Amino acid sequence: MSQFQEKTEITRVEQLTEDIFRLTLKSQEIASKAKPGQFVMIRTGMGKDPLLRRPFSISQTSSGKYFQILFKVVGRGTSILAHTYVGERLSVLGPLGSGFQFDCKADNCLVGGGMGIAPLLFLGKSMLRTCTIKPPTIVLGARNKDELAPLIKDFKELGLAVYPATDDGSLGLHGMVTDVLKGLDLASNCKMSVCGPIPMMSAVHLFCKKHEIDCQVSMETAMACGMGACLGCIVPLAKGGYAHACSDGPVFDAKELLWQVR
Amino acid sequence: MASSLKADLRVSIGSLMLKNPVMTASGTFGYAKEFEPYVNLHRLGAVVVKGISLEPRAGNPPPRIVETSCGMLNAIGLENVGVERFVSEKMQVLQDVNVPVVVNILGDSLEEYREIAQRLHGVPGIAAIEVNISCPNVKKGGVAFGTDPEMAAAVTRAVKDESSVPVIVKLSPNVTDISVIARAVEDGGADGLSLINTLIGMAIDYKTRRPRIANVIGGLSGPAIKPVALRMVYQVSQAVHIPVIGIGGIETAEDVIEFMLAGATAVQIGTANFINPRASEEAVEGLTRYVNDEKLSSIQDIIGGLVVG
Repeated sequence: MSQFQEKTEITRVEQLTEDIFRLTLKSQEIASKAKPGQFVMIRTGMGKDPLLRRPFSISQTSSGKYFQILFKVVGRGTSILAHTYVGERLSVLGPLGSGFQFDCKADNCLVGGGMGIAPLLFLGKSMLRTCTIKPPTIVLGARNKDELAPLIKDFKELGLAVYPATDDGSLGLHGMVTDVLKGLDLASNCKMSVCGPIPMMSAVHLFCKKHEIDCQVSMETAMACGMGACLGCIVPLAKGGYAHACSDGPVFDAKELLWQVR
Repeated sequence: MASSLKADLRVSIGSLMLKNPVMTASGTFGYAKEFEPYVNLHRLGAVVVKGISLEPRAGNPPPRIVETSCGMLNAIGLENVGVERFVSEKMQVLQDVNVPVVVNILGDSLEEYREIAQRLHGVPGIAAIEVNISCPNVKKGGVAFGTDPEMAAAVTRAVKDESSVPVIVKLSPNVTDISVIARAVEDGGADGLSLINTLIGMAIDYKTRRPRIANVIGGLSGPAIKPVALRMVYQVSQAVHIPVIGIGGIETAEDVIEFMLAGATAVQIGTANFINPRASEEAVEGLTRYVNDEKLSSIQDIIGGLVVG
């Protein structure tokens, strides 16, 4: 297993919107070993409060030396990270988890919502690098244009076709990502890779089930350790019992999970 | 660096000889294998594995954990593979890691505790048994044994009868007088005591008006509970003659020293493993430096060495 505990150096801090930030971190060990869909656990400081590391999916790597995380400020941990500066060092554990599977022969469709878009950039780039047949189709959703536009930019720069959807219709389709999917001419051998809020992933899973499309989802849960020890990050399974998002996932075949609409 | 230094860090819990006093706490170190990418497991005093019950347990529904000020609250609900799979799968792996393995056991009845102890009897690689009579997160059993002195003594006796390895009993802090339970367990024949397990706590999301963990209440751990743990270790080590293993918010060698001064013979590092998987090994390195810097002949010199007045 290639996992590391690293003191990484922040090489870039970008504010993409009022509350969305992107950090670039330098770690050859983590960047060179990371696969799309894997995550890192970041310690926001060396004090006792906040105590636990925070999980972030890797949104892309470059030159085998750098990796990026993308996050929205939602609490104290992310607020601290938003106020970091270039040259500061952060303790990072990773790369962790299983990552996405992909098959170049399939028609790949990547569906992301909100911050769940982050790991799909890494996946899309890997597909472009590895697969010679057909670039993946990208469907991205968010609340509004302000939030979605800066996230779409990276995909467009790769020359990928992006189908956006927003809750308020300020960018792309006025509606949900599943509304976009309904309008796409998806091949029967299509393989869906999804990351976003649970209700969104649940809706995509139902869409895929109906159309008999393979669907893998990346689950986000609270977790303390990220390495299979705390048993906090459980995900209910369709067959009963639980899987652990950190060590069994975070990417799962959607059919294996128990989807509850609450 | 520290690894080239030599220091006598040896301690013993009954007939269990440890090369140093740093153990990992049950439920915070998986089955040790998870930490192999980060830690030189053979450098630890011992590892205590996740609590094992007679039958496998799925554990509590999510959310199971939440961070609180300087700590965390958990209600995992003793998720584990059960004694059969533990022996056939996990122990096989643990035998290769070259570190004493302490197996934490739990049950809903005296008979269950007795049967698990029977099933573990003679399994190669088990250095000691730690009896969990203090988990706050399951509906029945567990804590019931930890809050009643007679029950605590009876469980101790039952496990002791079935075991040839040292038996450590892990105490709950959620009692009026922990010394009473400690003495009862000592009378029951325990070779050592470990304390404290988590303190029962609660966290509420005022916006949703819901508890932050599905089990509503859970066990508080981390630096937040260290002062309580130190106090209890201090009181219990004065109340009994058997070795005490200190647990509660320990992260560094300095924390270990404080617990040993309070009377602990050894310690367990718990929640800190989640934040720094190398915490236990770094504590051993720190203790080595401390013994050298203080020119101690042995780390045992500081046990109960608190200066009062």
